[in-house]
Amino acid sequence: MILLLVLAAMILMAVVAVQIGKVNELFASLRGEEKVELQQNRRTALYMPIFLVLFLFGCVASAVYYAPEMLGWGAKPVASVHGAEIDSLMTTTLIVTGIVFFLTQIALFWFAYKYSYKPGRKAAYISHDNRLEVIWTAIPAVVMTFLVVGGLSVWNSAMSDVPEDAVVGQDYIEIEATGMQFAWLLRHPGKDNILGKRDYKLINEANNQLGIDWTNKAGHDDILPSDIVLPVNKKVRVRITARDVLHNFYLPDFRVKMDAIPGIPTYFVFTPTVTTKEMRKILSEKPNWQVPYDPTDPESKMRWEEFNYELACAELCGTGHWSMRKKVEIVTQEEYDAWVDAQQAHYISQIKGTESDTYLSKAKEDDNKQLGEEAIPTDNSLSEVK
Amino acid sequence: MADIDITTEALEHGHDHHDDHHDHESDKYRSSFISHYIFSLDHKMIAKQYLITGIFWAIIGGLMSLVFRLQLGFPEENFSWLKPILGKWITVNGEGMGSLDPEFYYALVTMHGTIMVFFVLTAGLSGTFSNLLIPLQIGARDMASGLLNMISYWLFFLSGVVMFASLFLNTGPFSGGWTAYPPLSALPQAMSGSKAGMTLWTISLVIFVASVLLGGINYITTVINLRTKGMSFWRMPLTVWAFLVTAVLGLLSFPVLVSAFVLMIFDRSLQTSFYLSEIFINGQALDHVGGSPILYQHLFWFLGHPEVYIIIVPGFGMVSEIISVNSRKPIFGYKAMVLSILAIAFLAFIVWAHHMFMSGVNPFLTNFFVIFTLIIAVPSAVKVFNWIATLYKGNIRFTNGMLFAVGFVSLFISGGLTGIWLGNSALDIQLHDTYFVVAHFHIVMGVAAFFGMFAGIYHWFPRMFGRFMNSTLGKVHFWGTMIGSYMIFWPMHYTGLAGVPRRYYRFDNFDSFAQFASLNEFITIAAILTFAVQLLFVINFFYSIFRGKKQTELNPWNATTLEWTAPIHAGHGNWPGPIPQVHRWAYDYSKGDRDFIPQTEPLNDWELEEEHNH
Ligand code: HEM
Ligand SMILES: [Cu+2]
Ligand SMILES: [Cu+2]
Repeated sequence: MILLLVLAAMILMAVVAVQIGKVNELFASLRGEEKVELQQNRRTALYMPIFLVLFLFGCVASAVYYAPEMLGWGAKPVASVHGAEIDSLMTTTLIVTGIVFFLTQIALFWFAYKYSYKPGRKAAYISHDNRLEVIWTAIPAVVMTFLVVGGLSVWNSAMSDVPEDAVVGQDYIEIEATGMQFAWLLRHPGKDNILGKRDYKLINEANNQLGIDWTNKAGHDDILPSDIVLPVNKKVRVRITARDVLHNFYLPDFRVKMDAIPGIPTYFVFTPTVTTKEMRKILSEKPNWQVPYDPTDPESKMRWEEFNYELACAELCGTGHWSMRKKVEIVTQEEYDAWVDAQQAHYISQIKGTESDTYLSKAKEDDNKQLGEEAIPTDNSLSEVK
Repeated sequence: MADIDITTEALEHGHDHHDDHHDHESDKYRSSFISHYIFSLDHKMIAKQYLITGIFWAIIGGLMSLVFRLQLGFPEENFSWLKPILGKWITVNGEGMGSLDPEFYYALVTMHGTIMVFFVLTAGLSGTFSNLLIPLQIGARDMASGLLNMISYWLFFLSGVVMFASLFLNTGPFSGGWTAYPPLSALPQAMSGSKAGMTLWTISLVIFVASVLLGGINYITTVINLRTKGMSFWRMPLTVWAFLVTAVLGLLSFPVLVSAFVLMIFDRSLQTSFYLSEIFINGQALDHVGGSPILYQHLFWFLGHPEVYIIIVPGFGMVSEIISVNSRKPIFGYKAMVLSILAIAFLAFIVWAHHMFMSGVNPFLTNFFVIFTLIIAVPSAVKVFNWIATLYKGNIRFTNGMLFAVGFVSLFISGGLTGIWLGNSALDIQLHDTYFVVAHFHIVMGVAAFFGMFAGIYHWFPRMFGRFMNSTLGKVHFWGTMIGSYMIFWPMHYTGLAGVPRRYYRFDNFDSFAQFASLNEFITIAAILTFAVQLLFVINFFYSIFRGKKQTELNPWNATTLEWTAPIHAGHGNWPGPIPQVHRWAYDYSKGDRDFIPQTEPLNDWELEEEHNH
């Protein structure tokens, strides 16, 4: 039924369109084609500056209107060290390209209007102007040079890995995020600050979604938290991996983005600068955040009260790509230490002593071998585990 | 070559003579319906075939975008009314709420991208205008090989058939994005569309590449070998330069895409590990180790970036031509225009990794790609300045072709400038894979290339069909599209700058991205209206083929170029008499006291004198 209606509407539109067109042509042939064409040309020419003004006004007005929601220029301040540099580069770029945008669009539509057809006027025969062309090749070249140099310095510092002599745990902490269809699996290294080894062949959905190799002791205190929790003002190196297809580790507020690739771990190093609580406080003063969190429910909490940093996926990974959310919490160092203390290692709570405990079974095997050979266990760590 | 010579000779005899020889020639020129309209060897007919097939695909691709835009604009709306068309892809819950299946949402996005990029803006655009204009503007009777040309079209048609068939697969068409990154595309278990849908997608595109290559070889050979007497390279209209460069770009880059697909097919069917490594999916650890998904991205974008220029460069050429003709002025800086196209084409091959800044490639290598990428802005800027300078002191006729040409320049400026943001890798950390990229490439490539195509269609419609399109409807079409496309794509800059990622089925799962519900409604409504305006164009197009105002003058736009010297209903071979010869460049508008001087006119005494004095 609806199909029929749509079809009918389309046919109707077609007929109307053709009729309008015809009427105009008829009109033209009655009044003398040239005269009508001239009139039409004038009218179209006049639309040029009108469009220009509306267009530029629309651009500026809408930009101002939406600016409070934008990352760099909005209500939310940037929350990482390198992010601030990106934002200032972006402002520079906006200014440079904005100027060019205005000048060229104005020239385009203004000339189109100004030089529209007038009977009896002759266009100028100007085929080229070498000096002018050199100038307007050189200017963009110089401007680009500045943008490139500025951009690359921001890029190279934002993307640099931790220095080689940096000590994990002291100078920076390392966490891990693994994309899978369709969730992020997070891992925190625990007190030893070291992420245990993994092997994708060891993955099982029941109790080892990451395929952590339990024979490697570094993994025994690894925590698998449900949210990312990080201390403020401490460098963090995120080890980014994927289990199945490409994903992308994306933290908009920290200007962090990096593909997660099965088989090829990547990383991103950044330093958060604003805790979640501080951010809520800042936002509580912004008009666009002083609105109900749920617009349909005026009784709901304020938008700023519900603020959380979020982790998203930014590389198409399948039908649930849009749903891979995790909360990110930035806390003070003390809160962070307390948090780490309160977490239980996955190995301790889920694996230790069960059938899946490969560390134990391997130890037993070794034990037996050793018993056969020497009959005394030597490795202290074994008793620790038992 | 021999073939052409015979043709030339046969047609150089006058009309009467021709009739005498009717019997003897009839086997070659017998124009039955099939040889004239279907398996035609005539470049003019093949151009029309490309164009109409392109229009068909543009409508399909456009409709697809409306469906997924409905989902994005009105995620809470009941879509069960789409059930009769989309069938099982609309899932209706207990309360009768119908929603678009996410799998199909992604299939639509993927098909939309593939169709628009390859079928409409590559085949539909250069297929149409390279075919129509190269022989007519360089003074050739046809392409170097009419047969290859015909095969090229029919391969394109076949690839379309395969792609179309994939829409009806039970598991759905391919849904992993037009870039088809593995492992998502390589693993049938990763997504329903990666099953048979991906197989057909790959087959279709391999056939498509064959079509592009046959076409491209032909265009290049024709331009190099079949220029008429006097048509030196530096006298060619910019259109021909543009088509030549486009063909070279395609010839050098499309084979690399095939190599990417071949490795993909190996991985999919022979269990090799070019792109796959250490994958655990659907409860199973796969055996593949040692492959790299990044390898595919390198191969893909080695085509992918030149491809975006394959799409826009024909527009460069046609817009230059149309602006010059309708401003009644020579194109400003002809040599600079040619050199800038060549520079852009060269640079297009060494910037591909700007699509991969956040893909996990070595950040140090990125430095080089940033430098090359931002250098492209320089020749691009030169082109824009030259177009604007061509308007300066002109005497402008706003034909529909001219309107779309001016619109093209505006869009190219708007979208090109955001390229400067994205090309700076530091900014791309924030912008990559957000709606900002969607805004960028739709404005600079999608809409701008469509504008180039519309400009070309309105301008050369009489050359194709001997009639004019209705100019009032054309004006409505222009303003509707100009305003509509900016309303669709401009706001996407804002959502992108707010961090909203592209390729999301819903935005309300994240607090960070949920705040644009009303803006998304606005965009969807703008898209529907803009699409409706395109229907006006389609109506106007088909109506005018049969009933449009008849072309009465040979050269309706008073242009200098050769295509307007051939008879209105030129047969196969284009000129019944001898091929015109060329004595000057294509841009002698408003020279001396003449409005225009055709390329066929020998230099006048006063011109020689002037040249002497310089
Ligand atoms: C000044 C010139 C330009 C520069 C510097 C530039 C730069 C870029 C960059 C860096 C990206 C990648 C963004 C990302 O994925 O994060 C991009 C995307 C894109 N650009 Fe441009 N661009 C320019 C002009 C063009 C032109 C002329 C076209 C086409 C005619 C074009 C078409 C595209 C397309 C299609 C994409 C997106 C592909 C995808 O991811 O699906 N660009 N551009
Ligand atoms: Cu994803
Ligand atoms: Cu590119």
